[in-house]
Amino acid sequence: MSQTREVISSGNHLAALAGADAGCRFMGGYPITPSSEVIEQMSDLLPARGGVTIQMEDEIAAVAAAIGAGMAGHRTMTATSGPGISLKAENLGLAQMTEVPLVVINVMRGGPSTGLPTRVSQGDVRQAKNPSHGDYRSITLCAGNLAECYTEVVRAFNLADRFMQPVFVLLDETIGHMHGKAIIPTEEAVQAGIVPRKSFDGAPEDYHPYECEPDQPAVLNKMFTGYRYHFTGLHHDKNGFPTEEIETCRKLIQRLEDKVMMHTDELELNEEFMLDDMTGAEGEVLIIAYGSVALSAKEAIRHLRAAGIKAGLFRPITLWPSPADSIKKYTDMIKNVLCVELNIRQYTEEVERVSSRLDIEGLYKVNGRPISPYEIVNKVKEVF
Amino acid sequence: MAFNYDKYLRLEKMPTLWCWGCGDGVILKAFVRAVEKMGLNQDDVCVVSGIGCSGRFSSYVDFNTVHTTHGRTVAFATGIKLMHPDKYVICVAGDGDALAIGGNHTIHGARRNIDITLIIINNFIYGLTNSQTSPTTPQGMWTVTQKAGNIDPTFDACALGIAAGASFVGRESMLDPKKLEKILIKAIEHRGFSYLDILSNCHINLGRKNKMVSAMENLSWIDSITMPKKKYDTLTEAEQLNIFPTGILKQDTEAREYCDMYKEIQNVQQKKRAVITQNDFAKKI
Repeated sequence: MSQTREVISSGNHLAALAGADAGCRFMGGYPITPSSEVIEQMSDLLPARGGVTIQMEDEIAAVAAAIGAGMAGHRTMTATSGPGISLKAENLGLAQMTEVPLVVINVMRGGPSTGLPTRVSQGDVRQAKNPSHGDYRSITLCAGNLAECYTEVVRAFNLADRFMQPVFVLLDETIGHMHGKAIIPTEEAVQAGIVPRKSFDGAPEDYHPYECEPDQPAVLNKMFTGYRYHFTGLHHDKNGFPTEEIETCRKLIQRLEDKVMMHTDELELNEEFMLDDMTGAEGEVLIIAYGSVALSAKEAIRHLRAAGIKAGLFRPITLWPSPADSIKKYTDMIKNVLCVELNIRQYTEEVERVSSRLDIEGLYKVNGRPISPYEIVNKVKEVF
Repeated sequence: MAFNYDKYLRLEKMPTLWCWGCGDGVILKAFVRAVEKMGLNQDDVCVVSGIGCSGRFSSYVDFNTVHTTHGRTVAFATGIKLMHPDKYVICVAGDGDALAIGGNHTIHGARRNIDITLIIINNFIYGLTNSQTSPTTPQGMWTVTQKAGNIDPTFDACALGIAAGASFVGRESMLDPKKLEKILIKAIEHRGFSYLDILSNCHINLGRKNKMVSAMENLSWIDSITMPKKKYDTLTEAEQLNIFPTGILKQDTEAREYCDMYKEIQNVQQKKRAVITQNDFAKKI
């Protein structure tokens, strides 16, 4: 039986379908352009599968209800755009602290503030890294084509349960509203790949949800199953109860860091486009782009190659944590590096950090319009 | 034989961090007795609290417990309840939680009439954080953020609950634990949004700074501003001005509960029934 199917759909609709197929059974949402189609779709898909989609009274309540369902033990999500993430930030911190899995779809629009609600941007990349206060490691995936609006949401649900924390999926207005053909996995194939969150099945008195290896997430059993414990945003002990004990506090926050950063190999996913013939020779060009911009970059690379300029694309699909070693491998080899983003240097700064290079060129656009392939071609010809 | 609370308390968390003489302990005990009398299984109950002194309530009781962010108890509880309509979901919030930062969730939880019990522990002040003005602080009282005297109009929590559509609204004070226990049982048993304004004392951070230095003085003041609804109804409007009626102020057993209503959405989407129209509702506008 085929593991894939062809569909004609939009990015936002595919993201919703992916959630439903991946076993999400609760969505808390609030309408916001350009993400509203996600909750509109989910309001049909989830009740049809016995789940619940609820439009809450505000963005804060939307994520709170979703986290509540996650605390109860269910796959859960919310979808919004930048202003909504700003409002949800505090509760996203609670989900990080209590280690409740959750998928957050952010269809990015122009910012800051109300910005350009119906126009494209990648201005929330830095926000996705640290939406809430305190120390924790965000996991952020970024769909670069229609099919990935589906596959990255599926991957996000599995990663959320593996790492027991919120996982962001960044779409942007262009890709969210893009309509076309996509080849995506079948629902059966997705369900066969589901790895549910770990649970403890011993005696309740032996259950300590937050007592785990220093690089592993909490093991949170479903609510109402006889394992009574406590969730709190305060620093907490092995059973989830508030504590200010020095070592317990230190270990908890260090574990939130290490459970992600010691397992980046499970998170990294990149696309390397026309990089296999790069040798480090003079004149080669490395373009780094992600999301819908990568579609323009690929088109630009075809034109550049036709014009005799050997260019290739490195596209991180997992943005945070960044694929540091992979980026460095290429920035060490290739002299001419161009980052292309619909923001001002938000990921370029990460590329500078991991490459230890300060001569990274950039093409940035913040007027709400997509970057065309020709702008990239012209920029490459201008700076290199 | 004296009532044994041990089964329902997390004894290793005792003593509580509440001040000596705080009404929160009285409310906690009344709650435990209510749960015991109802015969609820501890595994079937979820207690969700917010931030403030009342926020610690959830960590002292041995149920499934959640200590959330400031003001958001009802929103978190909504997610839990919708996925588990047959379980008991009980929110404990302070007056700042439920009426200030979380006022929107209070309104909409009540409007949906989802089967959640919201216990507002109303001590008229932000006690944990040292006497800042709350929406229920009486006008003219001294707070650290209004040292010249509070000018902000005082909230009647129950009037809000009734207006927002909660199908059960009641008020008691911690002065009468027996009545408190009874109204808690009625509120938890009620299927729909149960909204309780429970008046409590904060002699440390309200009383001490407002000529009610001892707990007893603070309690006497609460006694002086409350009156059973039956008696309250006989007062003139002028006499009612400075009195809060206690007891069950509203109970509508006909109102449709939200989780039950949501089942109809599922039935439509699962092609078990036609779409929901205005004809499904007595009230059209």
